[in-house]
Amino acid sequence: MEKQINKIMAYEFTKEDLKEIEKIKSHYPEVKPATLPVLWIAQNRFGHVDPDVQRLVAETLELPEAHVHGVASFYTQYYKEKKGKYVLDVCTCLSCQLCGGYDMLHYLEEKLGIKEGETSDDGMFTLNQVECLGACGYAPMLQITNDKYVNNLTSEKLDNLVDSLKKGEEPGYEKMEMPLRKNN
Amino acid sequence: MSTVDWKKYEPVLIPDIKDLHKIDVYEKNGGYQALKSILTDKKKWADPKSVVNEVKDANIRGRGGAGFNAGLKWSFMPPADGGPRYLACNGDESEPGTFKDRKIFEFNPHLFIEGALIAAYAMEITTIYVYIRGEYLTYIKMMEKAIQDAYDKGYIGKNIVDSSFSVDFYVHSGAGAYICGEETSMLESLEGKRGYPRVKPPFPAQKGLWGRPTTINNIETLSHVPAVINRGSAWFKNIGSPTHPGPILYGISGHVNKPGVYELPSGIPVLDLINEVAGGIRNGKKLKAVIPGGSSTPILRADQLEGITMDADSLRTVGSMLGTAGMVVMDEDTDMIDVLWRIAHFYHHESCGQCTPCREGTGWLEKILLKIKNGEGEVRDLDLLLDVTTQMEGRTICALADAAAWPVRFTINRFRDEFEARCKKSVHAIA
Repeated sequence: MEKQINKIMAYEFTKEDLKEIEKIKSHYPEVKPATLPVLWIAQNRFGHVDPDVQRLVAETLELPEAHVHGVASFYTQYYKEKKGKYVLDVCTCLSCQLCGGYDMLHYLEEKLGIKEGETSDDGMFTLNQVECLGACGYAPMLQITNDKYVNNLTSEKLDNLVDSLKKGEEPGYEKMEMPLRKNN
Repeated sequence: MSTVDWKKYEPVLIPDIKDLHKIDVYEKNGGYQALKSILTDKKKWADPKSVVNEVKDANIRGRGGAGFNAGLKWSFMPPADGGPRYLACNGDESEPGTFKDRKIFEFNPHLFIEGALIAAYAMEITTIYVYIRGEYLTYIKMMEKAIQDAYDKGYIGKNIVDSSFSVDFYVHSGAGAYICGEETSMLESLEGKRGYPRVKPPFPAQKGLWGRPTTINNIETLSHVPAVINRGSAWFKNIGSPTHPGPILYGISGHVNKPGVYELPSGIPVLDLINEVAGGIRNGKKLKAVIPGGSSTPILRADQLEGITMDADSLRTVGSMLGTAGMVVMDEDTDMIDVLWRIAHFYHHESCGQCTPCREGTGWLEKILLKIKNGEGEVRDLDLLLDVTTQMEGRTICALADAAAWPVRFTINRFRDEFEARCKKSVHAIA
């Protein structure tokens, strides 16, 4: 029986994952607080946290599945289903709205042939409209699969981004300088 | 009141020093001196209380939006009883218009770490958590590196700088929920749960993380602490507005030529900030409106701004607040109905659903505003909106309902003509 733990359907944590999970558990006085970080590890490993992955997390942490599901469903960054290879989260909130966030969203909808919330047929792109990502001074902007920010978007910048992502080239960290700084 | 001389101000939170994020560069520039001083200079700092008193005297008003004296907050912690005590640093930063703390994570992470360590010493804290929003993955990694470097140098861990003071320091990543910026919701999220705000009292100082005494401070607030220890509270109080002293990270976005984060004294004139610091309105347009400190702070018309400065008291005289000092600037072409609908959409999306007035109210605000935006509104809908806001305010566990209600109330009141004109042109208008 014990051997089945950590091995739900096709999903299994690697030895490194399990070591990382043990380290995370040591940061807290009880197991429950590890729920969010372990869901992150799972999502990074499997690309999503669908109900099967949630079960794996629950069994690994020896927590009720209902608890893990409750947490996974509360937070928007956990993907409760399979997404495209690249998830483009376009911010349309306040400052981005003022600076043309919706134009960028609609431009991408047209370019990728999908509506906001959909995934392209080839499984390459999922397009989302999201709330404020904390890059208000560099609006409009988007985030790629919960990671890099792409700032000060224009239609040309989006063309280049989509082209390079299709080739599997992901952009690096775009350092946004303070306007008055010279030394960094 | 004399105007604040901001042009000669030298930044201390994010000074223009190359590679300051590296621990050895930070040390070379006087870093960790404040921490060493409080741990070793027993003549100056007799006990943790003396540190609390100095910070309390400096009157660092919380930079997360509430504006409460940080040292006073620290003094609410009950006496140590030998059990665990926690400091939870709030780097959730998700109020639309706010993007300041990421500059500290990126350019001066050790300043924040040092400030948090001093706070931990002052309150006899045993573990520090810094909660950073999940979207800031880049900054989470930067902070993890900085914390590891500080561990390696002996600034965090057991017997810090050979003193009896020991503390642990961990990063906890969020996963996309605005509500987790609310302090008790953040505690729930740290405990590994859905981010539902808690009923207060008991306040976190009595029962916080895992039922133990906990203090929650904003990242920028804690970053002010090392300079207060090094230079004294009098130095801090001498910067900017007397009632809201110290430097502030102003995040400016929207229709300005040079958006970005600027470190300047509190109490800088709003119009100077827009026209001189941020380079004025884009494309030579006229200013229409300003949201001074994040989406929940009441909007101000351009004609209300003359002589108003960026501090809590001055902004209160025109019916607004400093909030997070994340200013959103709008030019003359801005459609206020569009803007207000988008703000209402945000709060509806982010309401956690725990309290009925907020869960239902934010939905109704968005729906009615969408109706007006789509040209189907009636003038009486404006009064309905105002009525809904009064049903929400002060009737919920946390302040999200208020944060959702204020923009609606004040935007309608201050731009009533524009809203009425749209309603009168709608399909329901009688010719």
